[in-house]
Amino acid sequence: MANHRITLKINGEYEQVDVPSQMTLLQMLRDKLAFTGTKNGCNAGECGACTVLLNGEPVNSCMILAVECQGAEIVTVEGLAQDGVLDPVQQAIIDHGGVQCGFCTPGVLISARALINRNPHPTPDEISEALVGNLCRCTGYLRIVDAIQDAAARQESLAARL
Amino acid sequence: MSINAHPELPEFDYVRPATLMEASRFLAEHAGEARPLLGGTDIFVRMRDGFYHDKYLVDVKHLDSTDELSYDPQRGLKLGAGVNMNRVMASPMVQAHYALLAEACRSVASYQLRTRATIVGNICNASPAGDTIGACLVLGGVLNVHGVGGYRQEPLATFFRGPGKTVLQPGDIVTSIEFPPAPAGAAGVYIKLGRNTWSDLSIVGVTVYGYADAGRASGYRFQAALASVAPTPLLVPALEEHLASHPINAEAFRQAARLAQAACSPIDDVRGSARYRKAMVRTLTEKALQMTWKKLGN
Repeated sequence: MANHRITLKINGEYEQVDVPSQMTLLQMLRDKLAFTGTKNGCNAGECGACTVLLNGEPVNSCMILAVECQGAEIVTVEGLAQDGVLDPVQQAIIDHGGVQCGFCTPGVLISARALINRNPHPTPDEISEALVGNLCRCTGYLRIVDAIQDAAARQESLAARL
Repeated sequence: MSINAHPELPEFDYVRPATLMEASRFLAEHAGEARPLLGGTDIFVRMRDGFYHDKYLVDVKHLDSTDELSYDPQRGLKLGAGVNMNRVMASPMVQAHYALLAEACRSVASYQLRTRATIVGNICNASPAGDTIGACLVLGGVLNVHGVGGYRQEPLATFFRGPGKTVLQPGDIVTSIEFPPAPAGAAGVYIKLGRNTWSDLSIVGVTVYGYADAGRASGYRFQAALASVAPTPLLVPALEEHLASHPINAEAFRQAARLAQAACSPIDDVRGSARYRKAMVRTLTEKALQMTWKKLGN
């Protein structure tokens, strides 16, 4: 079975990787490149623990072949913080206690970042709909939804000060 | 016992042809062991579950114009095979003229899945439960298909042959779907009955589409398509005929819903019993007709 050499950008850094056809983006991130922040929950596109940004849009990395990502730009949870400063969604989810076991958290953070990027003022309903693909069995979602709404507000006040 | 709900993908070769003809020829030469790949949201699940054993996945989502989403008031809407559902939903042209299509996309799985999932993939997968297929049927969708003999068109209404079965032959690649211009003031709804409000597969799906049409005795044309209640996505011509020839009122909608119930042939499965599905088809069709009637300004 053929190996493919691909080049892609992950969290701002170029990587060149040899991948077999059937290797998913998730396997490549975790097993080849040690980005283990991205989790494998269901391996079927249901739970969202493996969510990453692919060219700015959230995807289930278990449902994409690594070879399909030739030339793509990937952001994982490790790439959210900039220069040691947490992304507003990360800081807000800590402040609101939106983390319990933490397994869904990387995927939730990526979905939240993508939501605020496309909709800077999400309502609680819009946040809930955006999280349909991120299953959390601990929190009951309320603190997560509060955190994301707060993150959007903090980001706006941050932008207003700049 | 594995911790993962699903195993990793079995071995196969990923093939990325440079042209449509190359792709069609490869698929025809490897009939039975090669499959066209769009978003993969169904294929990868089926491979992991051991239902698909293809030696080759042929990526066709980067080929000629499969990325196209275009609208022209005279020609209508064209959606390339590689256009994902989030892009369809976000398109102002789709929202303005084919809102039903955006509504159907919105009911599919999650945002992340819809970044990859495509309408053409949903159609080619030919699941009786396909959420976007009902909208595509009532909107008069026509598929552009590229095979080893070149291009041809396949109307969606005669495309499905059974669960997972279509008229497509080895080498055929659906490159896009086209919809005629939507009649002025047309409205529709998609009611999806799942175990939860969002993201689940449908137990029953009912699509209704209607518009004022002076050519019919009732002054209106209504169509309905049913999901998950027959071997294929199902149009209900009897409903259309009844509502074309009877004055539109509550009793006409009730009778039309009975005709939809009579037209379907559901099975018992893990998501619901046949009896329940039959009852829900009648209830939800009547509700969908009333909702559409209201959207039409009545």
